[in-house]
Amino acid sequence: MVLQSAWFFLWGLLWAIFFMTDGFDFGIGTLYPFLGKSERDKNMMIHSMGPLWDGNEVWLITAGGVTFAAFPLFYAIMFSSLYSALMLILFALILRGVSFEFRNKVESPAWKKVWDACIFVGSFLPALLFGVAFANIFEGVPIDQDGIFQGNLFTLLNPYGLLGGVLFVCLFLLHGALWLTVRADGDLAQRTESLSGKLWPVLTGVVVVFLVASYIFTPLYNNYLANPVLFLVPAIAVAAIVGIKYFLMQKAFFKAWLASSATIVSCIFFGVIGLYPNLFPSSIDAKYSLTAFNASSSPLTLKIMIIVVLLFVPVVLAYQIWAYKLFSGKVTDDDLAHEEMY
Amino acid sequence: MDVVMLSRLQFAAATMFHFLFVPLTLGLSVLVAYMETRYVQTGDETYLRMTKFWGKLFLINFALGVVTGITLEFQFGTNWSRYAVYMGDIFGALLAIEATVAFFLESTFIGIWIFGWNKLSKKAHATVMWLVAGAGNVSAVWILLANGWMQHPVGFTIRNGRAELTDFLAVVTNKFGLLEIAHMIPSAFTLAAFFVMGISAWHLLKKQHVDLFTRSFNIGLVVGLVSSLIVAITGDMHAVHVTQTQPAKLAAMESHWETQPRAPIVMFAVPDEKNERNKIEIGRLPGALSFLGHHDFNAVVTGLKDIPRDERPPVLPTFVSFRVMVALGTLFPLLTIIGWFLRKRLVESRWYLWAMLFSIPLPYLAIELGWVLAEVGRQPWIVYGLLKTADAASPIAASQVMTSLVGFILVYGLLGLVGFYLITNIAKKGPKPATENA
Repeated sequence: MVLQSAWFFLWGLLWAIFFMTDGFDFGIGTLYPFLGKSERDKNMMIHSMGPLWDGNEVWLITAGGVTFAAFPLFYAIMFSSLYSALMLILFALILRGVSFEFRNKVESPAWKKVWDACIFVGSFLPALLFGVAFANIFEGVPIDQDGIFQGNLFTLLNPYGLLGGVLFVCLFLLHGALWLTVRADGDLAQRTESLSGKLWPVLTGVVVVFLVASYIFTPLYNNYLANPVLFLVPAIAVAAIVGIKYFLMQKAFFKAWLASSATIVSCIFFGVIGLYPNLFPSSIDAKYSLTAFNASSSPLTLKIMIIVVLLFVPVVLAYQIWAYKLFSGKVTDDDLAHEEMY
Repeated sequence: MDVVMLSRLQFAAATMFHFLFVPLTLGLSVLVAYMETRYVQTGDETYLRMTKFWGKLFLINFALGVVTGITLEFQFGTNWSRYAVYMGDIFGALLAIEATVAFFLESTFIGIWIFGWNKLSKKAHATVMWLVAGAGNVSAVWILLANGWMQHPVGFTIRNGRAELTDFLAVVTNKFGLLEIAHMIPSAFTLAAFFVMGISAWHLLKKQHVDLFTRSFNIGLVVGLVSSLIVAITGDMHAVHVTQTQPAKLAAMESHWETQPRAPIVMFAVPDEKNERNKIEIGRLPGALSFLGHHDFNAVVTGLKDIPRDERPPVLPTFVSFRVMVALGTLFPLLTIIGWFLRKRLVESRWYLWAMLFSIPLPYLAIELGWVLAEVGRQPWIVYGLLKTADAASPIAASQVMTSLVGFILVYGLLGLVGFYLITNIAKKGPKPATENA
């Protein structure tokens, strides 16, 4: 019981870290065609995330891997239920990944245009679809007693699901704009700063709507009403959003980005806590829901995996923080001129 | 076509495409790390130019390997959900460990390596490349252990209708997996060595950057010689183990129908699966199969006739892929041994350079056929003896898989073309010319 519950929250944490890290890459990729006016702007934007995106994406692979290892039944049913959505995410991520590598290898405007488009699609689509997927999990998915999904891609595109998509896109847009403000210089940095100021009220509005809609469309609040102390988590989310504004006004952009990270993590945790112990609630009948208890691996696997995770994730965090430190300063022309770069 | 067949096609296409890039990166990462270390030790600019030239080729392959790797993890859930439920306890754990322990390290540090040239000391920068190379190979170890478990499951019990882990140590010391590692990783190094030698040969034929490419060739030569010999040795050990653990695969590898002592190897045959015999047989070596499988000319080797029809792998692809793989595997040490004697006069040995240039695709062919042999030869099982492939697919509509399969063909087709174009372009262009005081 304890082990399965621990895994439930570790599962949530790994996904939250993925959205916190790769989230700004998705945001920058989505902003890319709109903010990248000159070739220098575009290279600056790619460069701001270039050293980090690959390590960020591994959080997805790890989150997926531990879902598989800790909750195989959930992994199997979720991934096969969301088949089309996941395939779209996959193709998008594939195109995004190669675009960074391919774009600057051939000096041709047409060539670059193709990969520029892939960067946008490859960033925007996963941001939207991950939001749609998670919102659908929050409200429940039509799975029957055999774990077979009674719906299709369009079942997922219901109002609350789409709202989840909008929420994720907004979270990541601001997250990306803030990271760019930290790393870009000159005109681009000024534009991302002013954009961050404009995105902030939009995000705040969407978050409020989402919290209210969650009350109407989902059972997420039941856990909170049973344990009011848990309301701390959405309170942290709200505080973090206020923090973004505060640090933006102070022009402390890195701190604003940290506040944005905290916003993303607490938003995810708002859902994860409300979900507990469900991993994949069935909207047909609660009996068919997959939970941390009926979908988990054997105790031995859970034990081994928790040792691996507790041992290695801190190490991963340590060297990733080092990498972030190394690449959190302003991108210089010297950096951009370096031939080995993308 | 049904969901199972479509999913098999999709998985095979995705794996084989992924496997065009990964083996090269396993070996080339180590070679690049070595070149950069030589630069740090000697301060010789040629080594730096080598590092950057081969590094660039490495990175394109790395990017393609990474993006196509996610597909494989996703597919266990999307297309093989019944497998995922049945085996997740063990298989999922191995994948998760791979990501946590190795893939994180590799992916984080490759970013640092690419963008860190002017942010780190020379020594630290070279160390980063060693971490990338080491992590990549550790990744391969975990993936092969996972595959080894599908080939020969150990350390589990069937409980609650699925395989549950009982002995983790048995899983990570599974002899089948360890032999796969000992065979596959040197194969990857052989492939990388031939890639380096082949491209170097092209430039040596054109007499450009002679010093740089002679050095590159010689590094490739040493690595290729040693690793191709290891591949042959571990391949033999592997065949013995397959005989013990997967008699059906061995019998199909050799199109061997009758259980008998002094079992022969037939050099060429046309298997006739319907009538359980070979239509044509040329070059019968009596006792050779007994020797291959048991290291004893008189040992009894089980024939396909003693394996139920519904537990036999498709004979023809297994038979052909094994033959061609072994033939190529024999060629590689020969080519490198010849190279060893010519190493002091490479530029004059034009016929040899041409041969090495045209040998570039051969290890690719060999390594892909090795996978065909391992995976097709395991059929009809997805996990040998435990779960059949036909029972492992997701309960989803065939139209969904059809759509994604078409998507894969388009996207991977595009990536393949672009990747090939960029790799050949960069390879042909060669390194940056030496500068006076770079």
